Amino acid sequence: MERTMDSSQRIVITAVGLTAPNGNSLEQYRANLLACRPHVQMITTRYMGEVPAGVCDFDPLRYQKRKAVRNGTRAGSVAIYCAHEAISRSGIDWAGVDKARVGVYIGITEHGNVETEQEIYNISQFNYDTKMWTHHHNPRTVANNPAGEVTINLGITGPHYTIGAACAAGNAGLIQAVQMLRLGEVDLAIAGGVSESIHTFGIFAAFRSQGALASHCDPNKASRPFDKSRNGIVVSEGGALYMLERLSDAKKRGAPILAEILGYCINSDATDAVLPNPERQAQCMRQAVEKAGLSVDEIDLVSTHATATPMGDVQECAALREVFGKSPRTYFNNTKSYIGHAMGAAGALELAGNLPSFNDGIIHPTINVDELDERCELNNLVINTPKEGVSVSAILNNSFGMLGINSALVVGAFKD
Amino acid sequence: MSKDEVKKIILKIIAEIAPDEDLGNVKSDVRLRDQLELDSMDFLDIVMELRKKFGIEVPEADYGQLASLDSCADYLQPKFK
Repeated sequence: MERTMDSSQRIVITAVGLTAPNGNSLEQYRANLLACRPHVQMITTRYMGEVPAGVCDFDPLRYQKRKAVRNGTRAGSVAIYCAHEAISRSGIDWAGVDKARVGVYIGITEHGNVETEQEIYNISQFNYDTKMWTHHHNPRTVANNPAGEVTINLGITGPHYTIGAACAAGNAGLIQAVQMLRLGEVDLAIAGGVSESIHTFGIFAAFRSQGALASHCDPNKASRPFDKSRNGIVVSEGGALYMLERLSDAKKRGAPILAEILGYCINSDATDAVLPNPERQAQCMRQAVEKAGLSVDEIDLVSTHATATPMGDVQECAALREVFGKSPRTYFNNTKSYIGHAMGAAGALELAGNLPSFNDGIIHPTINVDELDERCELNNLVINTPKEGVSVSAILNNSFGMLGINSALVVGAFKD
Repeated sequence: MSKDEVKKIILKIIAEIAPDEDLGNVKSDVRLRDQLELDSMDFLDIVMELRKKFGIEVPEADYGQLASLDSCADYLQPKFK
């Protein structure tokens, strides 16, 4: 398709900084996806004992002082690491950037649970004397925390906030950035999603109570979307922040262009707090494709959201069949089988892992499918072995969340 | 407890809350904020650690008494008894 939009309205990705349980750079992460190497491990969670989780091993001291790590949050450290990596990879002359024209838009599923639980545990050691409650609690738990920590660390004086969008947040952060760049509110955006959720027992306990927490004797097989024996979510931490710019600006500075954001949609199920609604999901995907100026049969790859809950995967597959049933060229994959569900970071991380397919023509598979659930059968679902030699020029990235929030982002290979 | 011991306790607390600081040459008679990168939140951390570790309360009106190691020792020594 020919891009007809004015280059000041076309938004491109010029870098990605990320940390995932199986990689601290796009190259490492992509290599592990293509080699079918997951990384999920057992961790000990307060009150619950061992649970499978995705844990990142980036070095927070690479970009933060020890006091900043101590006083800040894990989500802040994840965001700072990703932001620095994105800036450095974008090739931009950061010292010469007008920091008032930089926006930071970070998607989060939740924030503050980790810090609140920690403080309640802390005061429990002092007979619940609230005088022992830390004065760091408020700056740690305000909803803008991870984005605000990025601005303090990097001296960014433009707007910053987080976008609370449950597990659709990674896409939502990117969509916010696209809108702000198109409005001319900022010239550069650092956007995506982060999560620190594994550091509180509450999210694990709630998923277990819901019957939606994964278990398996081998943690690397615990997250298994579309498999008949799947039994729930592996909770993970992580982050992916993108450098986004208007095409006109990116070209002016000779920036590397990884991809272009072509279309997007966010809508709401308006039906149930946890059970997804395939009709609304299908509508979301169709509207994103339409906004991109494409037809569904021009989507080469759908990065599915499937989290490995018994019903969620079935519902998404129903929506995918409804939208792409007559699109024989569209492939489908999933990344949660490698790293679990990175919550607010999930959509942004999953998109990042697929971006290199524009260049290498390889689609990483969803792994851990020993027996495909027939209710999850999709034409061209890439399972257990990478699919090579595919011409990928448009990817649709699904990311859905509780309270019925759906997001779909369409990203294309850059064509001038 | 001697004043030197009180100073050691304060330095140990500062080492925990400001781990990037070099505490090898801290002068007792110079304001801590003039020789270390400490802000108001850090002083609240010192107050909190005194409360948690030693049950010592430092009322807000007395925060100024924590300005230097010497003033800390003078002010806190009686409270450690």
